[in-house]
Formats: sequence, structure tokens, C-alpha cells
Amino acid sequence: MTRNSKFLSISSLFGFIFLYAPILSLIIYSFNKSKLVTVWGGWSVKWYAELFNNQQIIDAAIVSLKVAFITATLSVILGVLAGYVLSRMGKFPGKLIVSGWISAPLIMPEVITGLSLLLLFVSLENLIGWPAGRGITTIIIAHTTFCMAYVAVIVQSRLSQMDDSLEEAAMDLGAKPHSLFFLITLPIISPAIISGWLLAFTMSLDDLVIASFVSGPGNSTLPMVIFSKIRLGVSPEVNALATIMILIVAIGVVAAMWQMRKKETTL
Amino acid sequence: MTQETTMPLWKQDGAKPFIQIKNVTKKFGEFTAVDNVSLDIYENELFCLLGGSGSGKSTLLRILAGFEDLTSGQVLIDGVDMANIEPWNRPINMMFQSYALFPHMSVAKNIAFGLKRDNVPKKEIEQRVAEMLSMMQIEAFADRKPDQLSGGQRQRVALARSLIKRPKLLLLDEPLGALDKKLREETQFELVNIQDKLGVTFVVVTHDQEEAMTLATRIGVMGNGIITQVDEPRDVYEYPSSRFVAEFVGSINLFEGRIYEDEVEHVKIKSKEAGCNFFVNHGISCAPNQKVTVAVRPEKMKVTRRKPDQEYNCLHGQIIDIAYMGNLSIFRVKLKSGVIVRVTLPNLVRENRNPLTWDDFVYLAWDDDSSVVLTS
Repeated sequence: MTRNSKFLSISSLFGFIFLYAPILSLIIYSFNKSKLVTVWGGWSVKWYAELFNNQQIIDAAIVSLKVAFITATLSVILGVLAGYVLSRMGKFPGKLIVSGWISAPLIMPEVITGLSLLLLFVSLENLIGWPAGRGITTIIIAHTTFCMAYVAVIVQSRLSQMDDSLEEAAMDLGAKPHSLFFLITLPIISPAIISGWLLAFTMSLDDLVIASFVSGPGNSTLPMVIFSKIRLGVSPEVNALATIMILIVAIGVVAAMWQMRKKETTL
Repeated sequence: MTQETTMPLWKQDGAKPFIQIKNVTKKFGEFTAVDNVSLDIYENELFCLLGGSGSGKSTLLRILAGFEDLTSGQVLIDGVDMANIEPWNRPINMMFQSYALFPHMSVAKNIAFGLKRDNVPKKEIEQRVAEMLSMMQIEAFADRKPDQLSGGQRQRVALARSLIKRPKLLLLDEPLGALDKKLREETQFELVNIQDKLGVTFVVVTHDQEEAMTLATRIGVMGNGIITQVDEPRDVYEYPSSRFVAEFVGSINLFEGRIYEDEVEHVKIKSKEAGCNFFVNHGISCAPNQKVTVAVRPEKMKVTRRKPDQEYNCLHGQIIDIAYMGNLSIFRVKLKSGVIVRVTLPNLVRENRNPLTWDDFVYLAWDDDSSVVLTS
């Protein structure tokens, strides 16, 4: 034990309280019996039951999960290709710009991403008639644009840690480039791919701003429904819903981190 | 195997080289890694490329494997130009310095990888992998993943994997670099045995001259992208062709001097920094009065307190340092000119009654045929 251990444990305690006290109170209040959000009326799970009877919320949840699943899958495919190119192409003119482009969506304000995509979709529709109206497809495309950036960054960092001679050894033993990619590279970066998928999934599930821009009528995602409900006043039902979302997101993030750790030990 | 009594291939006239490296140059941008190298390597050789880091030895190996394109020149293996042959089509396998074992595959799968790529029938793969596992004595680890193996075990797996396709040529990049000293010594001899048993041509890259000495049939000493000398280990050590080789292989004492008598069967050299004249019992083709370097290995010198009875090849100085190494002791002797000479003496007896010690004045002498005269 170091001399500072007391100081360290107290400061980390404060940090965690700061981070998780709001979430904890939300979880506790989701079990509140009272109809008034701020008044404690004893324990109950009735808001959860109510939640599952609310067709609007269930529809939105299905939309969100569908979008998140397809977004994560598309992001992984595109992100792996981008990350692979960036780490394996060697130096080519403009590499810095290309890698900057790929990570730009990470720092771009969501409002701008959302607005620009909306403009793109509208003008595309005018020009070629696709995408016809806005709905799940446009949300998926919009989410994929920023989620693939995360996947690309994760994959690229994993690839740059990978010993180049692994691929050379496979070639040396007779593997042609395509079988080399599927037999050696892909399995070795699979932890990064899985964690990238999970990250993209949770981020898509999370997103409110971009989805608000590019979704159409009748295709609201879960965060959008929650947000519109809150505008009419916080109901205990929303607390229950938020608790469930926190659970899903937490599972996703923890699984992603666990995959990242695993990657370090097997390297 | 019966002992070969015939002359080695590289000494026979008209013998066909297995690998022909012809005027090969490789540049990385402005930097020339391999500079107009020509080299012939013969079948069944265990050829060592010896050089420091940045000498170009690894680049040359990677050129043979097909991982680097040539800037100019030509590489022929078994008479076939390798220019347009991709790495996966070459009759060559390589053992990597990092071993490059596939972390997601078991030992057996790692070894089988090469055969599977060639669509060898499953039965045969199993049989050949089993043979290889037993030859390398790693049967017990067949189902383990590489990260569950020790360094020595990984080395064996890497060797097994690179030999399973029965390549005509095996390239080894610092094969023993990651092993500790004891294991390295054992493995050195084992490598030679395997090479002998399988009749594969080995090209080994190493920076460790001891390793090169024990392994090689011939050594190519590399520096700055150039091969400076190609010879059998003994000749590289005893007859270095240049100052660079002399200094790189083993330790050596160098004295600057000037030839003052040049006969067919001997030369005499005057050296200010040695404080004595040298007598070398063979002629040297050089200009009269040429500046030369006389090189003497530390173990070739005799150390005495009394002046030995010889006119030439005899230095006088004071011991300034002694390092006891167990099997031998290293003395550093300072001459009058300030030059420090390194001498090694075997520790023949356990207790020396009158040991040489710090500040003793000693004479260092050697025979007429013990030194080498270097003109470059």
C-alpha cells in the first residue's frame, strides 16, 4: 500500500459519486410506486409493466434495435476496410488527409453531421429519387457514417500493434493475399472487430441528435420517444425505460472493453 | 550419414550455385540498404550473413524471401529468376526473428498451415505434422497456443512450421536471438544436425559472430550494404581481408605501420605506436613504403615478464586491467605510446603462485605467422 492510498481511495470515491449518483437515483426512482416522479411512494415494478404495454415505446425500441444492429454491422464492414487500408497501405501521398477524414466524424458536432446528412438526403431524393422519404434507411446511413469512424480507429490501432511478420509468415507458407486476410488478419483483429461492433451498436442506440434530423414520421427511435415524452413532463415510465437502456448500453460498453482487454493479453 | 570427403562445392570449379545473387541493389528512398551485392550460395550450405544492425543483411534475406522488390539486379534460385515470383510461390520458407507464430492457432495448426495452403490431403498433413512434432520433440505441446509456450519451445515450433513444406531453401532471421545463452548453444548444434539430416540449404542472418562461427559452412560478412568477405569461418577469423572484418569478427589488436622491407617470402614493418618492428612470414603485394595495419588476435600473444629472445613482434608495456572470465583472463596492456593492447590467456592452473597483476611490466610476443597484414 502506498502512502497516498487513503487519498486515492477518497478521491476516486468522490469521482464515482459524481459520475453515478444521478444514474443511481434514476434507477431507484424507476421502482417508485408513486405517480409523482419526485415523491417517493414505496417500491414497485409497475412502471416496467406499464412500459411493456405501451405500444409506442415498444415500436420505437424495435426501430432502435433494428437500426443499431444494421448500423453496427455496416460500420464494422466499412470500418475494417478503412482501418486495414490505413495501416497496411504504407505511405501514400495524402495519407494524413485520408486518416484525418476518417476520424473527422469523431469530433464533428452532431448537429452539423445531422444537418449535412439531412441536406444530402433531401437533395439526393430530388435528384435520383432515392432515398424516398426519410425513415429507417436514412437513420442507418447517418449512423453508419459516424460509427464506422470509431470502428476504423479501433481496427487501425489493433493492426498497428500486430506484428507485420505474421502476415509475411503466412505469405511465406503459401497463403495468397485474400486467404491471408481471412485466415490470419481477420482472426487476429477479431477482438477489435467485436468491440467495434458493440461500440457502434451502443452509440447508434444512444443517438438522439442525428436521428432527429434524418428520421421520418412513424420511425422514431427510442431516444427520440423518450425526449418527446420528457418535454411533456417526466413520467415514472420514462425512468423505467431509461433504466433498461442504461442496462443495455452498460452491457455493450463493458463487453467492448472486455474484448479490448482480451486483445491485449493474446497479442 | 557418411562423412563427405569430397571438396565442398564452393571450392570446386564449375560447380553450379543454388542461389545466385547478381549485382543486387535495394534502395529505400535515398538510403541504400543493399549495395550492388553479388553472391553465390551452393546446395546444402549453411550460409551465415553476419553483420551489425543496418548492415543490410536482413534486407538481403527479405529479398530472397520475396518481401522486398529489387531496385536493380537479379536473384536466381535453382536457375530460376525470382523477379516475378510472389512470396507464396517461392520454394523457400523463412523462420522469423519474432517467430511470427499465429497466436490464434494451436501448435499443430501452426505447423500444418503451409501444407493446408497447398491442399495436401488431410491424412498426409496429419502424418507429416506428427513426424515434425516428434522430430522437434514438441509432441506434448501440439494442442497449446503459442502464448502458452516458452521461448525455446516457440523457436522449435517456428522451425517445424518453416520446414514442414520441405523447402529447398530455408531462411533464418536471427534464429537464436531470443534464446538465453545456454539454450542457444544447444540449439546451435541442433540446427546444424537438422540441416545435415534434411539436406536443406540454410541461409542464416545473424549479428552474433559466435553463432555464425559454430553454424556456418561459410560466412559472408556484411557492412553498409556491402559483403566485404565470404569465407569459411576459420578463414574469416584467421585471415580477415579488411580492417572492418578483423574488427567485427572477434576482438583484435591493430597497429599502424609502414613496410620497410618487402621480400617474396617475408615483409618487415616498422610501427611507431607498437614501439617495435614486425616480421611477417609471407609476402604482400603492395607499394613500397606503403602504410599497412598489422592485426594480432589477443589469444595469439605470449605474455612473459622476461624479455623473450626475439627481435621482431615483441611489445613491452604495463598491465592496466585484468578481467577474470573463468576459462580465461583478459589483460589490457598499455604500451609506451599509449596504445592499449588486449591479450587473453587461458587459466591453465587453479592457483598461480606468481600471477600477473596490475602494474606489472610484461612483454607480449607472437610468432611470424600469427599476425595478419591488412592493406584496406
